[in-house]
Amino acid sequence: MDKKIFIEPIFKKNPITVLVLGICSALAVTTKLEPAIVMALSVTIVTGFSSFIISLIRNTIPNRIRIIVQLVVVAMLVILVDQILQAYAYEVSKQLSVFVGLIITNCIIMGRIEAFALSNKPFPSLIDGLANGLGYGLILVVLAFIRELFGSGTLFGVQIIPLSWYSANGGFYENNGLMILPPAALILVGLIIWVQRSFSKELIEK
Amino acid sequence: MNTNSNLYTIIYSTVLVVVVAVVLSLASYLLKDRQQRNVAIETKQMILQSVNMAKDAETVEDKASYIEREYSKFIKDSSITEGHKTLPLYICRLDNQEKLYIVKLHGTGLWGPIWGYISFKSDMSTVYGAVFGHKGETPGLGAEIATPKFAGQFIDKTIFEGEEFVSISVIKGGAAQGNHQVDAISGGTITSKAVDAMLKSCISEYLNFLKFQTKPNRKLQP
Repeated sequence: MDKKIFIEPIFKKNPITVLVLGICSALAVTTKLEPAIVMALSVTIVTGFSSFIISLIRNTIPNRIRIIVQLVVVAMLVILVDQILQAYAYEVSKQLSVFVGLIITNCIIMGRIEAFALSNKPFPSLIDGLANGLGYGLILVVLAFIRELFGSGTLFGVQIIPLSWYSANGGFYENNGLMILPPAALILVGLIIWVQRSFSKELIEK
Repeated sequence: MNTNSNLYTIIYSTVLVVVVAVVLSLASYLLKDRQQRNVAIETKQMILQSVNMAKDAETVEDKASYIEREYSKFIKDSSITEGHKTLPLYICRLDNQEKLYIVKLHGTGLWGPIWGYISFKSDMSTVYGAVFGHKGETPGLGAEIATPKFAGQFIDKTIFEGEEFVSISVIKGGAAQGNHQVDAISGGTITSKAVDAMLKSCISEYLNFLKFQTKPNRKLQP
């Protein structure tokens, strides 16, 4: 099998930084590392399995209700993920709130089904879906790392920046409040795109 | 086979929907108990927090059974009837036999519901502890009501001035001196006002009970 299917979505065709899909949730759930990782895993599972299932039944789907069938399958997977999170990771599911349900509307999923799964065999489709989810997740984790470290001074809720540094305790340091708010995520995504493009020149439009 | 015929499309969508419905109902059936338990544990944890207990809930190995154990040890569920309404009331008996009364709060924040629990000492006026929760207030601003820093301000404030119910106001600046005021959250004005309104409306529902209890020689055991 072509290795490109797995590698490309993570770097060269990253859904967030290159295709600029799935931005909304990337801004919303990246204030802390833990929910960001859970969100990344959830999206990866949903993209992977929705591509797999759609690819399995791709020759039977009536063309006129194609999009509806895709939505039903994606919605089913998202509801399953949501229910499982509520049962086994209740704290995180509360933090993610509506964004788990909104995975349904994540353009990456429908995009990969339409562009790849409908015309490829199940196994490559599964790999393609998982890889796109991981590409999305990679950016989420990077964003959440920066935002949690500088916005709250913690990582995974554990204090990283020494408490004695804070001006409240007579130090010189203050958490950057902007990092907790969505605009900071947008600025950071912009910076990541800038860095990525300065490394791979072929991404720059002529 | 012609996958574009009307009959095929109708049968296909029917089968698909039935299959999905079966999968989802099965998942819901299997997971419901656990989900409801999570919600119940969270409520119990908040009630314990309102009397400044369950502080190490996040560090113990088995949080659920720790909460259950502490809850059944200290808290008794009760309720009072006010007109047609039944209001929940939780009674906490401390190790030193002191009795605390916990009142449930619920209100409307900026983006969604907010709620909380506040506990009173047996004089029915002095706050022993409080805790607040919210569905989706702005992180860093309104969401700060859920922090121990905000809730901690309520400790030792009083809701009665003499015989009169004055509640506890959430105000801008200078609250530290007052007996009935706490500091609002900067940048979270609407949420702070919502907490203020929630305290007034929810506690006033319990007024008859609270006043009755404070009168000497007329102690009612609910």
